[in-house]
Amino acid sequence: MKRTLSMTALGLIMAASVTAAAEAKTLVFCSEGSPEGFNPSLYTAGTTFDASSRQVFNKLVEFTTGTTNIEPALAETWDVTDDGLEYTFHLRKGVKWQTTENFTPSRDFNADDVVFSFARQWDKNHPYHGVSGGAYEYFNGMSMPDLIKDIVKVDDYTVKFVLNRPEAPMIANLAMDFASILSAEYADKMMEAGTPEKVDLEPVGTGPFQLVAYQKDAVIRYKAHPAYWRGKADIDNLIFAITPDASVRYQKLKAGECHVMPYPNPADIEAMKADPDINLLQQEGLNVGYLAYNALKPPFDNPAVRKALNLAINKQAIIDGVFQGAGKIAKNPIPPTIWSYNEATVDDAYNPDTAKALLEEAGVTNLKTAIWAMPVQRPYNPNARRMAELIQADWAAIGVEAEIVSYEWGEYLERSKSKDRDGAVLLGWTGDNGDPDNFLAVLLGCDGVGGSNRAQWCYKPFEDLIQKAKVVSDNDKRAELYKQAQTVFKEQAPWATIAHSVVFKPIRKEVKNFKIDPFGGHVFYGVDIEE
Amino acid sequence: MLRFLITKFAQMIPTFFGITVLSFAFIRLLPGDPATLLAGERGVTPERHAELMALLGFDKPIWQQYLLYVADVLQGDLGNSLVTRQPVLEEFFTLFPATLELSICAMIFATVLGLPAGIIAAVKRGSWFDHTLMGSALTGYSMPIFWWALILIILFSTPPLSWTPVSGRIDILYFFDQPTGFMLIDSLLSGEKGAFWSALSHLVLPTIVLGTIPLAVIARQTRSAMLEVLSEDYVRTARAKGLAPSRVIGLHALRNALIPVITVIGLLVGTLLGGAILTETIFAWPGIGKWMVDSISRRDYPSVQGGLLLIAGIVMIVNITVELLYGLINPRIRYRR
Repeated sequence: MKRTLSMTALGLIMAASVTAAAEAKTLVFCSEGSPEGFNPSLYTAGTTFDASSRQVFNKLVEFTTGTTNIEPALAETWDVTDDGLEYTFHLRKGVKWQTTENFTPSRDFNADDVVFSFARQWDKNHPYHGVSGGAYEYFNGMSMPDLIKDIVKVDDYTVKFVLNRPEAPMIANLAMDFASILSAEYADKMMEAGTPEKVDLEPVGTGPFQLVAYQKDAVIRYKAHPAYWRGKADIDNLIFAITPDASVRYQKLKAGECHVMPYPNPADIEAMKADPDINLLQQEGLNVGYLAYNALKPPFDNPAVRKALNLAINKQAIIDGVFQGAGKIAKNPIPPTIWSYNEATVDDAYNPDTAKALLEEAGVTNLKTAIWAMPVQRPYNPNARRMAELIQADWAAIGVEAEIVSYEWGEYLERSKSKDRDGAVLLGWTGDNGDPDNFLAVLLGCDGVGGSNRAQWCYKPFEDLIQKAKVVSDNDKRAELYKQAQTVFKEQAPWATIAHSVVFKPIRKEVKNFKIDPFGGHVFYGVDIEE
Repeated sequence: MLRFLITKFAQMIPTFFGITVLSFAFIRLLPGDPATLLAGERGVTPERHAELMALLGFDKPIWQQYLLYVADVLQGDLGNSLVTRQPVLEEFFTLFPATLELSICAMIFATVLGLPAGIIAAVKRGSWFDHTLMGSALTGYSMPIFWWALILIILFSTPPLSWTPVSGRIDILYFFDQPTGFMLIDSLLSGEKGAFWSALSHLVLPTIVLGTIPLAVIARQTRSAMLEVLSEDYVRTARAKGLAPSRVIGLHALRNALIPVITVIGLLVGTLLGGAILTETIFAWPGIGKWMVDSISRRDYPSVQGGLLLIAGIVMIVNITVELLYGLINPRIRYRR
C-alpha cells in the first residue's frame, strides 16, 4: 500500500534535496517491520504502536518516558469517588490537532474527542464501531466492555467514566496505547465524505509528530507537529526505515544510515559495546519468561513435585546459554521494574540433590513428561528450543525424562491453553500497563484457567489476595497485597520463573536524550541529534 | 499463432481454478486462525473468538466461503487484507514493481555473465577457465543466500569501503512521488539530483545476491547444451566448410543450444517473480516475497489466496512467452496458422 499523503509544506522541505534535509534535523529509526495500520485501538503489535500512538497521538494520562509512572497528559487532573466507581477527568485546554492534507481542524481538543475515542470501541451501535474491521482486541482484552458502565461528557472539558465495579488499575489502563485520543471532528468529516476508514490510515492526532507519508515495507515519514502542546519536538523530521533483519539493522547503524535500532541480535552485543560510534543502552524488560506446569494433572497437582522440578533447573546456565547475558534470573512472576516487586522472595536455588529427595518424598519415580518449546523468538525467551534442551538435561539428572514438543505458533498458543495438556509450557508475558494486576491476575488468576493461565492453577489464598488488590485504591495497601501474593506463588510454585530479559538499545553517539521505554516502545519526543 | 495463444489461455482456466482451490484449502489447513493470532499470548475467550470469526466472515460453511470467494474473484475482487484492511489487489501491485525491478536486474546480471561464461567454458572444455568456472558455479549454486548477502554488506557497505548502501531502494532522504513503482524510472522522472545514482547503487548488492544462483544455473546449462551441440554433425560440417569459428559457434551452435537455456531462464524468471523472500528480507526490499510470508504467518487468508493466484497467473504468462520465444529462435518449432 503506497499512500503518499503527499507534499504538505514541510514535506516539501523534506523532499527538496539531501542538502536541504541535512539542515533540518532528521532522525532515522531502523524499525523492524510495517505497522498493521495507524489506529492503535485496532491492533496489538508493538510495531503498530511505535508508528501510531507513540508518535502521533496522546492519551488522557501517559507513562513518563522511560518509566512505568503515570503522568497527566490530555487530562490535567482527575478525581475518583470513594467507592471507586466514578472517574472524572478535567481536560487540558488549548491542545491543537494536527493539520493534514485531508483535514484542517476548526477547534481544539475537547470532551467530544474523548467520548468518541472510547465510544467507538465500547458501543457496538456507534457508527464507527465496525469501521476497519472493528476488532478492538486490547480494549476487549483489558475487560473494558464489562468494566465501563457509561462515559459521560459533563462539559466541554470534563468527562466522567462510570464503572460497573471498582478497578484499581483503571488509570494505568487509560495510559495504554488503545486509549489514544482521536479527533471526533476528523471522524465526522470522513464519515460525511464516505471514507471513514481514512481515520485509521491517515491519522490526525494531538501528538508530537504527524504522518507525512507511508510506503509499506519501506518507509514511514513524519514531521514535527509545530503546535504540539508540550512544545515542538527537537527533531524536525522522523523517518522509520523499515529493516526486518537484525544483522542488517546493525550494519545500517554502523554505516550511519540510521540513528536508532530495535532488537539487536544477542550475538552482535559485544561488537556494539566495542564500537566507538554506538551507545549501547540497556534496561531490564517489563517481562517474564516462565515454565508453567499443569497444576490440574497429577503428579503436578502436588506443589512439592513442582518445587522439586524447579530446584533441579540451573537458571544461571540458561541466562548464560540462552540469553547470552541479556537476561536476569527471575524469582518473582513480575519483573523488578514494576512497583510491588517483592525483593524479599528467596529464589529456588539450584540443587539437584534436594530436588531428587523431594521427588522421592512425594513418591514420584520414573516421571515422564514433556517440555513445550515455543517456535518463535520473544524478548523473554530468545531461544525456547535451547532453553528446553537445558531444562531437559537438568531434569534428566534427577531421573525425570522429558520430551521436547513444539507446534507452529498459533497452534502452540491454542493447545497450551488446554486443561488436560500434558507437560510444562515455556511461555512469557510482556506487561501492558505497568500494573502488577496485569501479570498476576491475567496469568495466574482463576478466570484465566483454560486460557491465559497456562499453569491451570486456581488457588484460593492467592486469588483472594489479587481480587482484594483490584478494588483497593490506596497504592501502598495494594503493593502489600501483591507482595503477599508473590510469597504464596513462590510457595506453591505453579511456574518455574526463568528470566526477565535485558533490553539492549543501540543508538548512535550523536543521538541525545533517548530513553528506553519499559513497555518495549520507541518514543522520539524529547530526543535530539547533535551533529 | 492466435490459435496457439487461444489454446494456451484456455489451458490456463482449469489451472487457475485448481489454484483457487489449493490456495483456499492450504491456508486453512494450517493450524491457528486469524482471530487467535490477532490476540497473541493474551488469548481470546471462545465467545470472543466466535464473534471475531463472524466479523471476519469465517463463520459460514467452508464450501459457501469458497463459492463466495470464487464469485468475487471472477468479478476481479480479491478481497481485503485482514490485517491492513486494504484491497489485496492494491497491496500486491504496490509491492510487485519492486520485485519485478529486482528480478529483471538479477536476470540481466545472470544472463549477461552466465551465457558467455558457459559458451567459453564449452569451447575451451577442460581448460583452467572451464574448471574454475564450473567450480565457481557449483559454489554459487550452493551458497546460502543469507550468508552471502551479509558478507557482501559487511565487505562493501560498511567502513572502510562503504561503496554501496546497506539496504533499501533509495537513500531515505529522497522523497518524491512514485508513479511507476520502478525506482530507477521514478528517480529519473523526479528530476532530483543524484536520485537515479542512489537508486542504482541500492540495486547493486541485491542484484548480485539474487542473481548468483541463476548465474550458476545458466552458466552450467549453457555449457552442457553447447557441448552437446558442438559435437553434432552440422557443426562439424560448418567447420569443414571453413566458416570462421565465431560464426560456427555464434550462429550454428549457439542458436540450437539456446532452447534448453531459454527454458531454464523462463523457469528461473518464474521463481524470481514469486518474490525472493530472503533477499527481500535482508535488503529491506519492499517486494511481494516478504509480504506473502508475513501474510501466511498472520493467517491473512485473502492476502495469501490473492497473492498466490496473482503470482501463479504471472508465472503462467511467463511460460507462454517462453514458448513463443522458442519459435523465434528455432524456426522448426514455429507455430503454423
